[in-house]
Amino acid sequence: MTKIIYNTHDNKTHTIDVQNGLTVMEGAVQNDIPGIDADCGGGMACATCHVYVDENWVEKLPQKDDGEEDMLDMAFEPKKNSRLSCQIIVSDELDGLVVNIPSKQS
Amino acid sequence: MIKTDALIIGAGPTGLFTAHQLKLIGLDCEIVDNLDKIGGQCIELYPDKPIYDIPAVPECTGEELTNNLINQIKPFNIKTHLGERVDEVKKDGEHWFVKTNLGKTFLTPNVIIAGGVGSFEPRKFSPKECEKYENKSIFYSVKDKTIFEGKTVSIFGGGDSALDWAVELSKSSKVNLIHRRDDFRGAQATVDKVHELAKSGKINLYTKYQLTNVHGGDNLESIEIKHDSEEVKTIKTDFILGFFGLIMQLGPIADWGLSIDKKTVTVDTEKFETNQKGIYAVGDICSYPGKLKLILSGFHEGALAARACFKLARPNEKYRFEFTTSSKTIKDRLGVKSD
Repeated sequence: MTKIIYNTHDNKTHTIDVQNGLTVMEGAVQNDIPGIDADCGGGMACATCHVYVDENWVEKLPQKDDGEEDMLDMAFEPKKNSRLSCQIIVSDELDGLVVNIPSKQS
Repeated sequence: MIKTDALIIGAGPTGLFTAHQLKLIGLDCEIVDNLDKIGGQCIELYPDKPIYDIPAVPECTGEELTNNLINQIKPFNIKTHLGERVDEVKKDGEHWFVKTNLGKTFLTPNVIIAGGVGSFEPRKFSPKECEKYENKSIFYSVKDKTIFEGKTVSIFGGGDSALDWAVELSKSSKVNLIHRRDDFRGAQATVDKVHELAKSGKINLYTKYQLTNVHGGDNLESIEIKHDSEEVKTIKTDFILGFFGLIMQLGPIADWGLSIDKKTVTVDTEKFETNQKGIYAVGDICSYPGKLKLILSGFHEGALAARACFKLARPNEKYRFEFTTSSKTIKDRLGVKSD
């Protein structure tokens, strides 16, 4: 189990133990964290699991691949620290990862 | 008003196969879809991506799967209403009255929702002020390109639609192309063309910029765009085009009195019927304990929902299960020779 910290747009912090191997998106959906829609179910086809990764964590995550960057073009208000949470796989190295959930996904 | 035994909402793989099952057992059906083409998510989201878990099809793309399904229902000549969204579903005696956004109406005992994750709608700009100019100076698709002649058009996006229109409109308009990063994801030839046109001054290229606001009175006058470095620019413009792809929205389905849980419609697993008699949900949009969002599950759900439709469409007849391999009736419906 790895601790993932989800900050939702209503200024609430949800600290969740997510099983390694799941994605940050799945951790949110399985624990009813509001604000992650994940319409396509993790297929990197919709950009509705968009999160802003805490600045301190941006460099520590594995790089985005082209497909993810392409989908982020379609996300709601993408920024430099934008990621699709379905592409971040939880592992021990990510213990304490902080992601901020945007006000909306579309 | 169109009368039919069953109306299917959604022309994705599940909707298509459900239509096949309905026709096979001798019921009429018609299909409505908000997209202007058949195929649903398979065509809209991943036409070129291979799928590996369709039974007996080791590998196929979304487009191939769609084409095969279209072929499979070809013998039945099923009427499809594309580019139309079902807005209203209302009880009318023993039937359902259904109305689309274009005013087309249907009367049917059975409505099968095979709507995936809802209807595809264009993604819009986030600044609130944009709503005021929507369909006047801000568009998410181009219907009549002549309105842009001699005007300034600011195009947002980095995919093929944005690039193609930038190239096309640069022939007779002043074009600004604005994208959030340096890389474009369109076809390489178009990307090259855009850079060439930018070099020769035919397109003003603004990369790493995003729209932050729009200004104007009754008419749009300018846009405000912000660079990654926080620098803000104001640019005069007559029109704005946004090409950020499509988003799936549950849309009007939410207003039909169905029991909805997290953007899905709850159904039983015998008929895939919702809490409303005669309305079924199949494919990604339905939920029940153990639901898998797989195309193959949608096929199974559609087959069972089709049998349930029979009861309401033919209350005085008894449904008889038959195999396609041996039934003469089915072979006649398919237009194949029985021997």
